[in-house]
Amino acid sequence: MSIKNSHRSKIIYTFLAWTISSLIFFPILWTLITSFKTEAEAISASPSLFMFDWTLENYEEVLARSPYFNHFWNSIVISLGSSILGLLIAIPAAWSMAFVQTKRTKHLLMWMLSTKMLPPVGVLIPIYLLFRDFGLLDTKVGLVIVMTLINLPIMVWMLYTYFREIPSEVLEASRMDGANIAEEIWYVLLPIALPGIASTLLLTVILAWNEAFWTLILTAADAAPLTAFIASYSSPEGLFYAKLSAASMMAIVPILILGWFSQKQLVRGLSFGAVK
Amino acid sequence: MKNKLMMLACGVMTMSAAAAAKETITIATVNNGDMITMKELSNDFTRQNPDIALKWVTLEENILRQRVTTDVATGGGQYDVMTIGTYEVPIWGKQGWLTELDNLGASYDVDDLLPAIRSGLTVDEKLFAAPFYGESSMVMYRTDLIAKAGLEMPKKPSWGFIRQAAKAMTDKEAGVYGICLRGKAGWGENMALITAMSNSFGARWFDENWQPQFDTQEWHDTLQYYVDVMAESGPPGASANGFNENLALFQTGKCGMWIDATVAGAFVTNEKDSAVADKVGFALAPDKGLGKRGNWLWAWTLAIPASSEKSAAAQKFISWATSKDYSALVAKNKGWAKVPPGTRASLYNNPEYMKAAPFAQITIDSIQSADPVNPTVKPVPYVGVQFVAIPEFQGIGTAVGQQFAAALTGTMTVKEALKASQRLVDRTMRKAGYPK
Amino acid sequence: MATSNSRTLARLMLFPSVVLLLAWMLVPLCMTLYFSFLDYNLLTPGNNAFIGFLNYEFFLTDPAFFASFFNTILLVGGVLLITLGGGIGLAILLDQAIWGRNYVRIMVLAPFFVMPTVSALVWKNMLMNPVNGLFAHFATWLGMSPIDFFAQIPLLSIIIIVSWQWLPFAALILLTSIQSLDREQLDAADLDGAGPFSKFYYIVLPHLSRAITAVILIETIFLLSIFAEILVTTSGGPGYESTNITYLIYTQSLLQFDVGGGSAGGIVAVIIANIVAIFLMRLIGKNLED
Repeated sequence: MSIKNSHRSKIIYTFLAWTISSLIFFPILWTLITSFKTEAEAISASPSLFMFDWTLENYEEVLARSPYFNHFWNSIVISLGSSILGLLIAIPAAWSMAFVQTKRTKHLLMWMLSTKMLPPVGVLIPIYLLFRDFGLLDTKVGLVIVMTLINLPIMVWMLYTYFREIPSEVLEASRMDGANIAEEIWYVLLPIALPGIASTLLLTVILAWNEAFWTLILTAADAAPLTAFIASYSSPEGLFYAKLSAASMMAIVPILILGWFSQKQLVRGLSFGAVK
Repeated sequence: MKNKLMMLACGVMTMSAAAAAKETITIATVNNGDMITMKELSNDFTRQNPDIALKWVTLEENILRQRVTTDVATGGGQYDVMTIGTYEVPIWGKQGWLTELDNLGASYDVDDLLPAIRSGLTVDEKLFAAPFYGESSMVMYRTDLIAKAGLEMPKKPSWGFIRQAAKAMTDKEAGVYGICLRGKAGWGENMALITAMSNSFGARWFDENWQPQFDTQEWHDTLQYYVDVMAESGPPGASANGFNENLALFQTGKCGMWIDATVAGAFVTNEKDSAVADKVGFALAPDKGLGKRGNWLWAWTLAIPASSEKSAAAQKFISWATSKDYSALVAKNKGWAKVPPGTRASLYNNPEYMKAAPFAQITIDSIQSADPVNPTVKPVPYVGVQFVAIPEFQGIGTAVGQQFAAALTGTMTVKEALKASQRLVDRTMRKAGYPK
Repeated sequence: MATSNSRTLARLMLFPSVVLLLAWMLVPLCMTLYFSFLDYNLLTPGNNAFIGFLNYEFFLTDPAFFASFFNTILLVGGVLLITLGGGIGLAILLDQAIWGRNYVRIMVLAPFFVMPTVSALVWKNMLMNPVNGLFAHFATWLGMSPIDFFAQIPLLSIIIIVSWQWLPFAALILLTSIQSLDREQLDAADLDGAGPFSKFYYIVLPHLSRAITAVILIETIFLLSIFAEILVTTSGGPGYESTNITYLIYTQSLLQFDVGGGSAGGIVAVIIANIVAIFLMRLIGKNLED
């Protein structure tokens, strides 16, 4: 292949990639732009991409109206707390599944995943009653527990597939050197598996951040995360697109920034055992 | 004697409350504009009651309803004041889930509350909720378009005239549709409109023995009219349109007429958001000459769940938020047009308000003409104008709404939709064990 | 490796996960199972009498049930098809040497971070609305009549919205997998004169099979319980055209507060989910084995 030819294909691919990704990104860009419009402009019959009076009034109003930072903090605590707690439980389980396999391992794994197929609406009332009786309604602890349990199967599975790529000789070698299991996990397994663990963490943080069923039903004022913040801007009587757009951007941007900084990590770690 | 005792009790209660640390009450409310204003102005309340602190949970209507219903039915006790509608109050009051509002204060003037609204909030002579704002429905129309069509909107239009006017105003080429009506499936969406409409056609949900009535000619006429008028003069995508979608259409000048909640009057005449603010007229909801008009009756109210342990403080708050003084407070801060409408007769005797709100007279006339106990021409076993105040209604209302939406898009014929509705309502009612 | 000592330890380390998930699954499940045999409506407390299989009878004979069953399959299948097809294309494209790859990648990734209700509202009101939406403006500009998305193609519209949310996830996993592809193999194929399609079919696709099964598995789990998007856009209508099983259960549990009926629906959904799980296990079992 000549240099010139590859140069041309690079231009074509670049053009193609930018066009497609812009189209995919467009709804978010549109939300961002709308968040700087007035409500009247947001529903205007001839919408304009840039030619309008840019305003910050939506952001000002949203900040004045809701305790954004409370919700923000709750989101952080719940998503990060549940992900870390989940890792603590999932890593040992994934280790034992990956390195001490039995006939039942696969079934166990599938069973764990199938617990996620229970439709949440179907078990709403039982869970609500349990939360009431244990005094967990509207507490961050309660939500951390729920989010941990919801994401645990995915975590175990992701980690399991990642651990399986690690040749067991490495671990055996360390055992020869007299390391016990804890040392083996801590000093040998974790450093090797760090990309996988990091992307597991990232993925579950994202999933917990966006979970909008349990976080809405089980909270009131104290533990409500950003999903509840959003729910106070959607569909009131009256115009709301611009304010909803502003609120949406405020809810999305933190996680978008996190995603931006960690995308390489994510791409490296989300292998699902495909890198054999 | 009894009064003295009560005063004593009150005194002790206030004393103990003052002695104790600050009491925090949690208020769950809808994210509508009037409630946002209430939240904004609430430091007036905390100034008057330094021993009470407020915590707010503001949510979109559907989510709020799910949450407070779950909470009140399971005795979760997460909220001290709940914003609920006239649909919930009679059901919950009967269940004993609400605390009676018997201590609203001497200056509250309960008799000033509009009787149509108050009767819907009273169970066994006890008031279980205080109305925050009330609404009915009316016709909003474009004065310029109707003049262009060479017609004149009567104060009390008939359904026949509406259809004729809608046709005359429609100019699909120019993107102007004669009539915008709710089409999105839901008991509080398209069914609010269609049920209210059906009353004026003489239809009813159930007969005196709780037999569903969708197989009657009256329902057929109602739905046929709705489908026809929307096919002739409605906007595309009507089956996904609720209040907000239609509001956006009307404000951008796409609709000739819009029949919806009276609170919309304030939005469409608001010059900041509405491109047609100076070209809007109002008329009463249409009728068919059977003695009932097609307007509904709704109020958002504040109530205290029985599970709340802070009902004294909660009652103080409710009294503040639904009082005459609150109206004056809003008028002072936001202007008379922004005062929560439709709850007190005194507001409609206030010349300043009547001047500031061009839709005020229609609102009060509509509210007063609605009768939740005798909503339609024939007698019914239920309470409610555009709903049936039984627990099963949210479910069957939404399911029937889906059938009607299908008739609107043409996926089903009117006959099929009514037949399916009759069947599914009949099933649910049998399962629930009606007649009770 | 497999000394009895390490086996015991392995069991011990599995213990927390298994016990927690067992509790998380069994306690609500047993309660749900119990409720499903009761005449239990949250809004009419009182008797809660035992009524046998009546709740199941009503749920399964509900005219909405079969429609929602097939809609569920169409919804899951449709989204999987779009996200996998689009995801493979995107992954291959992003694997090429292009300028500004990081920016492209973050743009593709972004929809995954948007909360479902928000994306549904944005798509419904600002893009798909047949009068004020952007697509309608675009269609009119092209001289076509705008599509009335939620009336004409309700289920497909929801599939489009959901696919938009899940495309980044699929693309990301597939990209990770593609990047681990052995370049020498492709170069060798080049030398043998293989065309791009045969290269794709014989080398890339087999290599991606594990990543594809991973995408199928995870997405299926999430797609089975979609309902926020439906609630916001069509409320399951017109008719039952966009009602799926989860939405049907939602109307029973959170609109009618019929705990008995909702529980019966929940149990039916669990059974369906387990059938899907067995199916998936057949599919994926091979890939998990090695």
